[in-house]
Amino acid sequence: MTPAISVAGLSRRYRGQLALDNVSFDIEPGSITGLLGRNGAGKTTFMRIVAGHEFASAGTVTVLGACPVENETVLRQMVFVREDQAYPDFRVRHAVQAASWFYPNWSHELAGALLEEFGLPPNRKVRKLSRGMRSALGIVIGLAARAEVTLFDEPYAGLDPVARQLFYDRLLAEYAEHPRTVLLSTHLIDEAAGLMERVMVIDRGRIVLDAAADDLRGAATSVSGPAIAVAEFTAGHPVWDRRRIASQESAVVAGALDETDRARAAALHLHLEPLTLQQLVVRAAGTPVAVPQERTSA
Amino acid sequence: MSVIVTRYITQVMNQGTTEGTGLLREMAGLDEGAPLFVQVAERLADEIADGGLGEGERVPSTNELAAYYRINPATAAKGIGMLTDDGLVEKRRGIGMFVADGARQRLLAERRKRFAERYVGPLVAEAGRLGIGADELAAMIRESSYAQEGTRI
Repeated sequence: MTPAISVAGLSRRYRGQLALDNVSFDIEPGSITGLLGRNGAGKTTFMRIVAGHEFASAGTVTVLGACPVENETVLRQMVFVREDQAYPDFRVRHAVQAASWFYPNWSHELAGALLEEFGLPPNRKVRKLSRGMRSALGIVIGLAARAEVTLFDEPYAGLDPVARQLFYDRLLAEYAEHPRTVLLSTHLIDEAAGLMERVMVIDRGRIVLDAAADDLRGAATSVSGPAIAVAEFTAGHPVWDRRRIASQESAVVAGALDETDRARAAALHLHLEPLTLQQLVVRAAGTPVAVPQERTSA
Repeated sequence: MSVIVTRYITQVMNQGTTEGTGLLREMAGLDEGAPLFVQVAERLADEIADGGLGEGERVPSTNELAAYYRINPATAAKGIGMLTDDGLVEKRRGIGMFVADGARQRLLAERRKRFAERYVGPLVAEAGRLGIGADELAAMIRESSYAQEGTRI
């Protein structure tokens, strides 16, 4: 199958500063991928290049098998929702209508339903909308476009938790009924973790972690309790981090734990807590780590 | 024993004993660290064993599960796939997935087997160490059952 998005050796340089450094990967059609990383890591640059809004300094990008730049066929199958999308001096309904002319798979029904659910007044001028409402408008357009490739770059600035939950629910429902390739960048990692099939972490222009979300769950565990017991338990395990206060210690053990490990931890009265996706990403964005593999138990 | 059945059994066995430390649950490998699709499979197996999802009844679709748990549909599909591999649910072309005949009995049988291994074995061993005979042990169990409200064996 042709990848929905394929990049090879992609680099982007701004005045000697590398925003993207030799990035290569393929994204299969019909998947939701989380693109995670710190501010300035290169997420937006990456999405802009995929969307054909910006040129690569080196390397190639293909979207749906073709170069996206100035390619109408591809561009009409791709929607890019940005955090700070600027609109002309439009009313909400004009912005929606303009989008409906551009995207061949546009759903008027869905757009109407979403406008209502997000409480967007169709006659309000876009520049009079609050930050959250402007984000909601981007989400409405991004979902109603039903574009084969859907790029959401921090789509929910200013949105309250209720509206964000609405976004996740509608995204899942839409994705289930009309599968497409979704690339979602977000800082609200744990909130969106369940949506993602694949997780990519970008740091200083490089992909530092690229894994199936399922493999990351339980990929590392925090072990805490009396320092002596923690030391006994962690002997032979790769340890990422240790913190100690008085006689108590907390250590992060890399690799999946098996039942024997858990029984040992229980016998030693240790508390186990798996690292959340967010914690794993925080670790990955900073220190390049290999994808944790299932550890063969001793 | 299949993975899902094992996980399911340990989960059931630990119910009611996990308050407080949660150590038993962790021992059983049941915590947030389990992949989401395994958790989906566990919940469904739970429903089947409790009779909430009867044999021959339709199992929620991938999309229904995805919407309910707010997870990726591919993850939900993997969860159902585990149950299919175990023969607990079966596909009827064009209609959906259904609970297989005998699924509940199989889950319950595994639960009993696990109960014997996990609890009765160690109980008898410890009783032996303390010189408690079989009759005395049975009497103690009976006494304990009367002491616990709502539990009669």
